[in-house]
Amino acid sequence: MAQIIIYPTTSLILSDLVRRFGHEPLVMMEQIREKINTVGIDSPPLNITGQEPKKGLKYAAVEVPAGVRGRMALVGPLIDSAEAGIIVDEPDIAFGCMGCARTNELTKYLIRQRDIPLLEIYYPRTEDEGKEFVKQIATFLKELNNNSKNSESEEEAN
Amino acid sequence: MSDEQNSTDLPIYDAQKRRVDRASKEKSVKIALLSCGSEYAGVQAEIESAAKDVNAQLVYPEIPVDELENIGRDFGLEVASPDLKLLMARAKSIIKGDVKVDAVLITTCFRCAEAAIVRNEVRRYIHNNINLPVISYSFTERTKAATLLTRMEALTTVARRKTLLSREKQKGLTVGIDSGSTTTKAVVMRNDEIIGEGWVPTVKVIDSAENALRDALEEAKVSKEDIQAIGATGYGRFLVGDHFNAQVVQEEITVNSKGAVYLADRQKGPATVIDIGGMDNKAISVDDGIPGIFTMGGICAGASGRFLEMTSKRLGVDITELGALAVKGMKENVEMNSYCIVFGIQSLVNSLAKGASPEDVAAAACYSVVEQIFEQQLQEIEVNEPLILVGGSSLIEGIPLALGEFLNVDVLVPPNAHLIGAVGSALLASGYVEE
Repeated sequence: MAQIIIYPTTSLILSDLVRRFGHEPLVMMEQIREKINTVGIDSPPLNITGQEPKKGLKYAAVEVPAGVRGRMALVGPLIDSAEAGIIVDEPDIAFGCMGCARTNELTKYLIRQRDIPLLEIYYPRTEDEGKEFVKQIATFLKELNNNSKNSESEEEAN
Repeated sequence: MSDEQNSTDLPIYDAQKRRVDRASKEKSVKIALLSCGSEYAGVQAEIESAAKDVNAQLVYPEIPVDELENIGRDFGLEVASPDLKLLMARAKSIIKGDVKVDAVLITTCFRCAEAAIVRNEVRRYIHNNINLPVISYSFTERTKAATLLTRMEALTTVARRKTLLSREKQKGLTVGIDSGSTTTKAVVMRNDEIIGEGWVPTVKVIDSAENALRDALEEAKVSKEDIQAIGATGYGRFLVGDHFNAQVVQEEITVNSKGAVYLADRQKGPATVIDIGGMDNKAISVDDGIPGIFTMGGICAGASGRFLEMTSKRLGVDITELGALAVKGMKENVEMNSYCIVFGIQSLVNSLAKGASPEDVAAAACYSVVEQIFEQQLQEIEVNEPLILVGGSSLIEGIPLALGEFLNVDVLVPPNAHLIGAVGSALLASGYVEE
């Protein structure tokens, strides 16, 4: 099982696909759930405070808008801990959306900078493209499984 | 906590509590919040807190998700950020009448170019298509409820008190007190005439208000007991309003709009009011004396009256003499490298050292303040003539001169422009004078 960062980071469909193939999707919803469920001074659901944009300074400089840095405080650690990634380019809004184009650009850039297995694929616009889309993702996820099994066998052999 | 701190904190706490109580007795106002990034910047709670303080309910117009696909073309502005598309779609639903609101607040991240374009255009779109008060604000993670409060108060006042704001004549014997950041002003008015005025530096809020009022009453030759109604405005309005049991406690946007068109005798039709204060500036598009679009500066002291005060100190002249100097000077002879109050003054000092005259330096200082207001505030409102300049800084002749040159319009400085807040308060308070 690998931890897989997905883009859009809020995509329920993509997150479900990843889980079906036995991997753990790293998604924004989980981060927000944790924020909401963690008891703090700022009660749920408004517990994103001015501290988040400050934490986001790890990923974007101070001249980057606070909304981008606040989002990066949630997404950045997911990218850091990812073992593989799937980026869906030009997705429909309903497929998943982080709301901010600058955050999208930075998120995709930081995923690409990681030296991890990465599938980058366009969002399908027809039924045939849709089938091919799912097939490519499935293949990528299966290969990740195979690769991890192979590396486990190699380790055992050594 | 020491007793001294206690004695300072308690009145403020009480005043805030009473302000909230006062607002809770008024009609709740629905404000449509059109925002991008406020949740993730951590300021959503601050916006909600400010809204609660003025008894406003934030409304988020619902729109079908497929509308987001076409909103760029529909609105004419194609942007990449989905939240900005949502913002435009929500604005459209307000104009279509799908949702009924009393006012609109548009807010996006500071330093986002895409959001700045959308924010300005959506504000203009709402202003041109529906008669609703609208303001816009760009936030950072440091934006607090207190910063938003004056703006929220102005929004809700315009929505709630149109009858009070339509008052064009002062009647009875009323007092207005403007507790500003630098000076406290008081006026006594009787039957549409100023009969007494007081103007003192703000030291302790209540003491200064008492002193200004004492001077005004002395000049008017009336006693406190004869006063029929009191209005308070300015930074210290809650404390002062509470202390004097004022009938009207109102932020400066509404009061100054009303005061400006009253003093300039331009109560009907559009006007633009610019108030250069000691600590912040206001630029307000007014229609029939009621504020429509407005902006409040306040991040940089280099664009405020404080900069002019420091310049006059450096030149060794009284602030009242700075204007006359500026009119005689040539700003081109002084190189200003910064708008900052510290580095800007340094530029002026360097110019003096290189042989520039005090007149040139005074002219450059006035020009610098006006240039910043032009760049940072006037771009965000509709500038319609007459342009009415008010506040203490309007008496520095170099300021209206520079503003007129910049905008190529005649700048109107009404009589008693420095008493704008106090006059506006006395005028509004007269709505509470019993027949």
